[in-house]
Order: sequence, then C-alpha cells, then structure tokens
Amino acid sequence: MPADNHTHDHGSELSEMQLRVHALETILTEKGYVDPAALDQIVENFETRIGPHIGAQVVARAWIDPDFKRRLLDDATAAANTMGGFDPVAAHLIAVENTPEVHNLVVCTLCSCYPASVLGLPPVWYKSAPYRSRAVIDPKGVLAEFGVTLPEEAQIRIWDSTAETRFLVVPMRPVGTEGWSEEQLTALVTRDCMIGTGVPRVPQEATR
Amino acid sequence: MTNSVHDMGGMHGFGPVEAEPNEPLFHAACEARVRALQRAMEATGVWTLDGFRAAQELLPAVTYLSSSYYARWFRALERQVVRHGLVGEDEIVAGRALRPGVRLNRKLTLDDVKEGGIRTFERPATAPARFKSGDAVRTKNINPTTHTRLPRYARDKLGAVEAVRGCHVFPDTAAIGAGENPQWLYAVVFTGRELWGEEADPAIKVSIEAFEPYLSPA
Repeated sequence: MPADNHTHDHGSELSEMQLRVHALETILTEKGYVDPAALDQIVENFETRIGPHIGAQVVARAWIDPDFKRRLLDDATAAANTMGGFDPVAAHLIAVENTPEVHNLVVCTLCSCYPASVLGLPPVWYKSAPYRSRAVIDPKGVLAEFGVTLPEEAQIRIWDSTAETRFLVVPMRPVGTEGWSEEQLTALVTRDCMIGTGVPRVPQEATR
Repeated sequence: MTNSVHDMGGMHGFGPVEAEPNEPLFHAACEARVRALQRAMEATGVWTLDGFRAAQELLPAVTYLSSSYYARWFRALERQVVRHGLVGEDEIVAGRALRPGVRLNRKLTLDDVKEGGIRTFERPATAPARFKSGDAVRTKNINPTTHTRLPRYARDKLGAVEAVRGCHVFPDTAAIGAGENPQWLYAVVFTGRELWGEEADPAIKVSIEAFEPYLSPA
C-alpha cells in the first residue's frame, strides 16, 4: 500500500528517521531555536490532556441541554469554552448535527486538518490516501468499511476542511438513553462518531 | 505546488480505508518529536502554517506517497530549516550545530505551551463581503504553481454559499511569504452530481471552505 501505511511496516525507514529526527532536534536546540522543555510539554499535552474525551463531553452536553446545543451549533468555539474542565478550544470550531435526514462526514482532502482541540491527534486512517481520496466521491463505500450503513433516504454531507475552520460532528443521541446522566452519555461518544465514520456506542455495549 | 498528489479528493486506486485497532497516539517516539519540532519552529514565525503545507506539497510525488505522515513532516521540516537559512546542509550531514544560530524574533517557551491560548486565523475585514448565504457562485478554474486551498475536484463548479465564516489569512499568499492578505471565507456547497457527473449518488453533498478570490458570481 502507498502513503501513510502504518510505520511499523517500514522498520528500516523508522530507524533511519529516528536517527535523523534526533540529529535535527540536537541541531535546532544547539542553535537556540527550540527549547526541549517546550517540546516535551507539547508531547505531554497530546498524551495526557487533549483527546476525544473533550469532544465527547461537548456532545453529551448538547444531548442533554437544548440551549447549549443551540449555542454550540451557532458558535462551537464559544459554546465549548463555556464548559470548563479542559484546555480552551483554540480553533474556529464548527459543530454539525446529524439528523435522521442528514449524516455528516469530515475529511481534509488536501492534507489532514482535524479538530485537534476537541479530538486530539487524528488516527492514521484519517491521514491516509484512501480516506482523503474517497470520502468526497464514495462516502457510502467508506462508511461501509467502517460498518456504518445509513437509511436509504439519508443524505450524506461531506465537509472538506480546506481552511482553518474545523468540524465536529454531533451524532444523534442513541435511543434508550432517556434519563441518563451527562457522564453516562459521554461514555457512548466515540472519536469516530464525531468524525462521521461511526455511530455512538449502543447503551447495552456501554454498560457492559 | 497546487496540482500535485497531495490534492487527493476524488482519486481512485488507493484501496480501502484500513483502521488500526487500538492505534497508539504515536507509532514511535520520533513521531512525537517531529510534531513538537514543527510546532516550535512554526512559532518562531520564520514560516507560516501554509508555508509548511506547501513544503510538503513540494516533495517529489513518489516521496510524498511512499512516506508515512510524520516522515513527510520531517522531510518538509528539514527542507524548511535549510531553505530559510537557519541550518546549513553541512550541519544536517554532521548531525550537530557547526556555528551559532541566527537571531529569531520569537522562541516557543514552556510557559507558552502550558498556557495554550487561542490561535486564530481570523483577521479584521478590509472590505465588505462580496457574497452572502444563498448566493450562487462558480469556483474559478485556477492552476497556480504555488500553494492553493482550492482542490482540483471543486474547480469550475457551480455551488451555493451556505455560510460566511469571516475574514481569514489567505493561504495562497501566506504560503509564499507574500503576506496574510486576509480574505472572506465561505462554506460553499456542491451537489455530488455537479462534482462527479450524472452517475453520482444524488444523496451526496460536499462543501469546501472557499476564500473569496476562488469564487465568481453565478
């Protein structure tokens, strides 16, 4: 397979890259351009602070609070940043809502733009040539590969992230979750359902 | 470069999308370092985010396709530090600094990273928006040899403005050191049939985020 196959399939490429990356970091540090402590913190933020748990909290809040959902769909950055409990959303975030009539799917055909503030780092498949090439022309085929089938009459809306606007899909709240707490609902929200390549966990699955 | 292999929307032949179960955040420590290095170097302001994207697009097509995501970032990063005169080719070969660095205006600190902060590409408008929601527009047929964010599949297509996003840094100029040149940004939506022909699935709509210079009234 071509681009973006998993790097562990390219052992020699990886070890060569490790050496070259280490050398470049040494040079940039010695020349005073970068601070290794800042680099460590960037990595630590991704490892411990930023991830899809943030987006899941936003979605669950939208499911239980209609006023929050209205504000989220109007200005997602502002609405998310009223919640607290996570680092402020830095991006120009746009929330798009799935309905029985419309299913939303997010892609970046030109590179791999992704709503990192609320989902963390993208998975390899999101950055891969198969996804970037096909999401806009064969979204049903792509969804089928993720095991997602939509009702015959559903429209599919694809959002190509060609600028510095970032998209968060608000999936439909699963049936059978009436009366659930925000925390219980958060556990149903997967990363993929906020990209549009998945649907939330079904309640039985979540309570197992 | 605009018409290079990075512009993948609508291409065939790359095979199925394969998700990796229990995928780790990084597949090797060096991937994390590459991501952090690019973030720190971008913060110096020597190049822009779009300049970094353009550097990846300038990689030979075969290299672009055969490299992992972070290998591509690394190659582009190495290219940028040399091209902008921050590091010598001899230093890359030596694997260490052979002379002091040039003076830069900014350096990303630990406090900067801890604080996070809003990173916005929105800028004050210098002219009124030319289009409004509901307007019919046709994307231009442009083929610049420099960076653009108008994908090939969405050129010379009839669409509708769905939202006005504000005035944003214009990638086409920001990438080549020609300034932020802020432009109005719109969500423009197309039918699947407009993009892919009469055989296309009528249930599909695709939108791009289009800068005003990409659009003509229709």
